[in-house]
Amino acid sequence: MNTNHIIAIAKKDLLEVRQNRAAWLPMMIVPIIFVILIPLAIILIPQHTTLPMEDFVNDPDLQTFLAKMPESMAAVLKGKDELQGTLILLLGYMFAPMFLIFPMMFSTIVASESFAGERERKTLEALLYTPASDRELFLGKVLAAFIPAVGISWFSFMVYSLVLNIAGAPIFQRIWFPLPTWWALIFWISPAIALLGICSTVLISARVKTFMGAYQTSSSLVIIVLGFMFGQISGVLYLTVVVGLLVGLVFWIVSIAMYSLAVRSFKRDKLLVDAD
Amino acid sequence: MLAYVSRETVYRKEATLFHVKHLKRQNNMETIITVTDLTHHYGTQTALKGINFSVNRGEVLGLLGPNGAGKTTTIRLINGIFNPSSGKVSILGMDPTVHGEQIRSRTGVLTETPALYERLTARQNLDFFGTLTDLPAEQRYARINELLSFFQLTERKEDRVESFSKGMKQRLALARAILHHPEILFLDEPTSGLDPESANQVHELILTARNNNGQTTILCTHNLYEAQRLCDRIAIMKKGQIVAFGSLEQLRQRFSPGIDLEIRLESVLPAGSVQEIVQNSAVSQVADTHTAIWKVHVENESVIPDIATDLVRHGARILALQPFEASLEKIYFYLQNNEQAGAA
Repeated sequence: MNTNHIIAIAKKDLLEVRQNRAAWLPMMIVPIIFVILIPLAIILIPQHTTLPMEDFVNDPDLQTFLAKMPESMAAVLKGKDELQGTLILLLGYMFAPMFLIFPMMFSTIVASESFAGERERKTLEALLYTPASDRELFLGKVLAAFIPAVGISWFSFMVYSLVLNIAGAPIFQRIWFPLPTWWALIFWISPAIALLGICSTVLISARVKTFMGAYQTSSSLVIIVLGFMFGQISGVLYLTVVVGLLVGLVFWIVSIAMYSLAVRSFKRDKLLVDAD
Repeated sequence: MLAYVSRETVYRKEATLFHVKHLKRQNNMETIITVTDLTHHYGTQTALKGINFSVNRGEVLGLLGPNGAGKTTTIRLINGIFNPSSGKVSILGMDPTVHGEQIRSRTGVLTETPALYERLTARQNLDFFGTLTDLPAEQRYARINELLSFFQLTERKEDRVESFSKGMKQRLALARAILHHPEILFLDEPTSGLDPESANQVHELILTARNNNGQTTILCTHNLYEAQRLCDRIAIMKKGQIVAFGSLEQLRQRFSPGIDLEIRLESVLPAGSVQEIVQNSAVSQVADTHTAIWKVHVENESVIPDIATDLVRHGARILALQPFEASLEKIYFYLQNNEQAGAA
């Protein structure tokens, strides 16, 4: 295995993504909305307006959520006033599964661009005539999607932590975020989700001719993240540290299984016949 | 007509030179590609039907044939992109089904479409492919600059390829194919989309590389003038088979022996004289003798003086006498248009 080949392919793909506005624009806009604008609105609006917090706290759905909440999560809320509790619930717990959208979305965008996009632009044949092996081509392309997906997710997490602690400082008077659950979420589940997104896109790309086609089809994977969100809101699945570790393990197992499928499907002759 | 005569003269001169060089090389020929009974199917479609040929080091081999004849599939199989359905290929002593990566590091391929990364600059494109062919950084930069300069792209090296004309893209793709000094070069329609000056430059590049460096080139082309000018040997393909293989001279001898002769007379000869000359001389076929420009076919050059003598004896004044050997174009269309022609 020639690592120079893998790095060169990954660098080239990233360079191409950087030049494709349709690919990188959502990767900039979505984090800005979810990591900066919405959290700021949630923290700042109650401080500067007289919104009735009781309406939110007495909401029947929230009551169900609170009633079924595991002890480890309830402990975090202990001794907090209404506003602090509301912010912890919303930004610390409810928002957590939303963060899984980032690795999923970014990995599928770049992988679609890298695998289906290369075929769509008919640049594949010249690449296949190089001495790079099938495995090196595959790994280079996976790396090109994995690095930005995980990198932006981690960077977004960093910015989110800063926004929550700085904007929330007048309310909490201390550093209150990240909550314990987030470590598993960001450093264990997110990379698994990114790999899952990439491998699914590789398999989808074998059947779809265009970047947009591959991206749109693989975007349906967001349903997993939505399932998480609604599971938590409805009190069915709470994202505690243990649950996070277990869910991450399941994602890694599924991702690795899909990875081996994707590697086997990535063969020179098949790619070229499909491209023709 | 003037242009035609002039081009024909170029053909003859170059063909003779090539033939002499080819014969010289044949003394120490080394076969570097051997294709044996190569067959390939795409699903239920048969792309190649048991083809056989070999390529010697330092020769330019032309693969000619219409779209779908199997030229591109042949290149793909030789480079180990596909495994053949049956048959064998040996290239540089290696089997492409086993040593594809090593083979591709020693070959360069210009694909039918330039297949460049349009959002990257010319330099970025070359740098990427140079890295994949394991050229050390310092050599890579020097080689990239050399090729950009040779193909007159230096001023546009930092521009995105999407802004390039078709000809510029083709030149850049050619630069990419020869970037790592490949031992064997595969060129699929190298002058497609190029203006005559650039096309000529590419022809010179192929010939110089062959004559000076012993570069082996496999040239797929629809341009028969190009093939006639550049190729030492030619394989004419049709529906997945090679229907003719050899040097132009060998193809002529097999498929179009003899010489076409055009004779310009000062005036039309009387019908009786014409009949007598045709009957007595070695003219084998008569295309036209009713005007002052005769078009006849003879078996070989040795009878031309006899015909000239006969004409003069019948009072004809000869203004010009021009022999034409069959062009590759004539042989090619003969083979493509006749179902049975060339069948081995």
